Amino acid sequence: MSLLDVKDLSIRYTDKPVVNQLSFAVAAGESLGIVGESGSGKTQTAMAVMGLLPANAATGGSIRFDGQEFLGSSDEVMNRYRACRVAMVFQDPMKALNPYLTIGDQLRRILLEHKICAPREAREGTLAMLKKVGLPDPERQYGVYPHQLSGGMRQRAMIGAALIGEPDLLIADEPTTALDVTVQAQILKLLRELRTQSNTALILITHDLGVVAGNCDRLIVLDDGQLLEHGATAEIFTAPSNERTARLIACSPRLDVTARISSLTGGAKPIVDIDNISVSFRERRAGRFGHLHALRPLSLQLAPGETVSIVGESGSGKTSLARAVLGLIPAQSGTVSYAGSELPGLVQSRPNKVRRNLQMVFQDPANSLNPAMRVAEIVAEPVGIHQPKTKKADRNKLVSEMLRHVGLGPELQERFPHELSGGQAQRVAIARALIIKPKVLVCDEAVAALDGTIQSDILHLLQAEQADAGLSLIFITHDLSVVRQISHRVMVLYMGRVCELAGNEELFKRPKHPYTKALLSSVPVPDPTADPQDVPVAGEVSSILDPPKGCPFHPRCQHAVARCTTEIPKLESVNGTRVACHRARELDLSY
Amino acid sequence: MSYLAAIKPIVRKSRENRTIVVSLSILLLIGLLALIGPWLSPHHYASTDFEHSFVGPFAGDWHLFGTDDLGRDLFVRTMLGVKVTLFVAIIASVVSLGIGVAYGAIAGYVGGNVDAVMMRIVDALYALPFIFFVILLMVVFERNFLLIFVAIGAINWLDMARIVRGQTLSLKQREFVDAARLIGVSGRGIIFRHITPNLFGVVVVYMTLTIPQAILVESLLSFLGLGVQEPQTSLGALVNGGVGNMERAPWLLLMPAIVLALILLCFNFLGDGLRDAVDPKKKT
Repeated sequence: MSLLDVKDLSIRYTDKPVVNQLSFAVAAGESLGIVGESGSGKTQTAMAVMGLLPANAATGGSIRFDGQEFLGSSDEVMNRYRACRVAMVFQDPMKALNPYLTIGDQLRRILLEHKICAPREAREGTLAMLKKVGLPDPERQYGVYPHQLSGGMRQRAMIGAALIGEPDLLIADEPTTALDVTVQAQILKLLRELRTQSNTALILITHDLGVVAGNCDRLIVLDDGQLLEHGATAEIFTAPSNERTARLIACSPRLDVTARISSLTGGAKPIVDIDNISVSFRERRAGRFGHLHALRPLSLQLAPGETVSIVGESGSGKTSLARAVLGLIPAQSGTVSYAGSELPGLVQSRPNKVRRNLQMVFQDPANSLNPAMRVAEIVAEPVGIHQPKTKKADRNKLVSEMLRHVGLGPELQERFPHELSGGQAQRVAIARALIIKPKVLVCDEAVAALDGTIQSDILHLLQAEQADAGLSLIFITHDLSVVRQISHRVMVLYMGRVCELAGNEELFKRPKHPYTKALLSSVPVPDPTADPQDVPVAGEVSSILDPPKGCPFHPRCQHAVARCTTEIPKLESVNGTRVACHRARELDLSY
Repeated sequence: MSYLAAIKPIVRKSRENRTIVVSLSILLLIGLLALIGPWLSPHHYASTDFEHSFVGPFAGDWHLFGTDDLGRDLFVRTMLGVKVTLFVAIIASVVSLGIGVAYGAIAGYVGGNVDAVMMRIVDALYALPFIFFVILLMVVFERNFLLIFVAIGAINWLDMARIVRGQTLSLKQREFVDAARLIGVSGRGIIFRHITPNLFGVVVVYMTLTIPQAILVESLLSFLGLGVQEPQTSLGALVNGGVGNMERAPWLLLMPAIVLALILLCFNFLGDGLRDAVDPKKKT
């Protein structure tokens, strides 16, 4: 008999069905992956199992857990099962943990509330769990508040809170999406280990096929509330029976693809010359002002028609770099030149004639499109500024042409941004940037918020534009599979310093910096036959407020030697690559 | 026009919101009655009739609300009071809207020292005791209808400026402002094309809440005898007069008080309804 038995589950809000006739089962100790893009109903399903759906959700079907019907059960009944039998880990631990309680208190309260152990033993039990989920120094973390922990540690604490009642079923809803890739690998490994120790069943909800490949026995694939596919993980990956699933698998990020990039004509003068630019912010800590060095001096030349990707985890300084180049924040030192002439530091003081050539696409179109303007107005605004003499009819024509160019129909012109899907809105943002024919486009995590299939469409669009108009791209991302697909050169940043700057092929095949290697190995492979990789790098990014002495990566580096702890490595040429590592010449990190 | 664009969906959603429709209809009805009511009545607001003083409501000769101690028709006087009160309140709110939005948006957008100085000025004005300020105004200049607008507007814009500044501070962090800078929009263009249309929702809601506030302040001034002068009147002045005759003729207090309460309630409900209607996340 299965532990959890979901039969014909339907969830609808007013007229909108979000889950339709969904049936699946989870046996004790088994792991099931629920995969789907946003809006496919995967989180709603999890919420239904936990009895956490909002009051206006209409449900049908049945959810039986160990013989007990969950659907329609009162909170009183559900609370007998929550924590002790079924528990959940949410996407963002910052939101799921109570900011007013210490980590220890939150876990201890679960023990006391559900009378899992005697009050005297609650502290001991909590400390044991904190230790089990890999929090270093549990005694200290017990009294720490969530905001004082790093993202990865917070998620460990959250997993501890879910497992402290020794549930039979753990539901993890995108447990690693909010985390950096090196930390993601650690958390996934933790989940694997914990499951081998106790016989806990797992439902892992994710949009990332790489995450389920090595972690789930069986998969269900959802699309728009419908069950697309249901079967063993290996079978679905090798022979998907459904066209949508096949496309999902094809669009899932992987590193073993060949780049589809245009070749560059050598010898062209750089269009953008970034010379020793650095960024620092004044930070007040404990009443005193200090400097937070977000970006250490860095130089980069961008050729016409070239794509350079800037890669790094959170806090690496990649966004600071983009903003300083565009003049949205002041650089502490250094200059940016466009086509040979130096630009004023801030965008406000750059003449409009130059300004139009450097445009940007932001991460979240919900934030970068004015909510009070219609699509047509948003796209037309730059035309009004740079070609003020354009007649209204001509301007409208330009706008419709541009929208068609980015793949949007004329019916969207009168819409407001919140009436668009994420992909459509990002296309509008791209149209706004492209309509004044810039020479350089900076994309700051421009596809990070989008689903896999839409992500790949947007990348194709940008590459087509590059091929047609010779556009140069600075592509800022944390997603290495995107980097692999589109870049000519890649720059890896860590804590505001360049680790490595190399050609695409070179970097992915023969990384020279241990951090680059760690990043590459952390990307989950969407292939169930591949062994779930061991954790390539321990620890998390050090605090930028208190950077380690010497090489910033040395506390996490398995190749570190004494010299690394005292001397900051310089960026040097090694076999055609620029690397900042003392041991770059002796180490062979090639794949 | 982006302002128009910002209004349209609000109007559409407002139409489907029952609170808004009902409270707005009642307000319009009262306003209409205040405009045409006195025309329909055979009585004039200033004409005294000592033979018919203290006539009860609906007691014949078209004294719908009865008469006061001087035999003046209370219905006509109440309608005049509504007219004066609404006029004062709306003018005061528009004044506070104009000054407050411009002041707050500039302080918030420019930021830094300019913001600090501008907001300290607001703080200083806040510290002024209002009633004292009004009495001073009344003493220096003579009692004057216009002065009431000035006095009420002078305090209301302070709140508006603070709210708008706070909103502007968070709006200017949004990436669409950065995007506008990159495509070459000037500072003025950013304030007026990109920031203020997004303030619209907050401002509308806040304005519907300042109108009742202004009404109350005007009533307070009139109640203290600092407001409009006889034979002109306002709801506050009428309530004041009614209190004096409360035992002999309670309708003199009740009638204007009910109308005043109704207007205040409607504006408050309207504000609540609009708050829902302008929230872009709330779909109909």
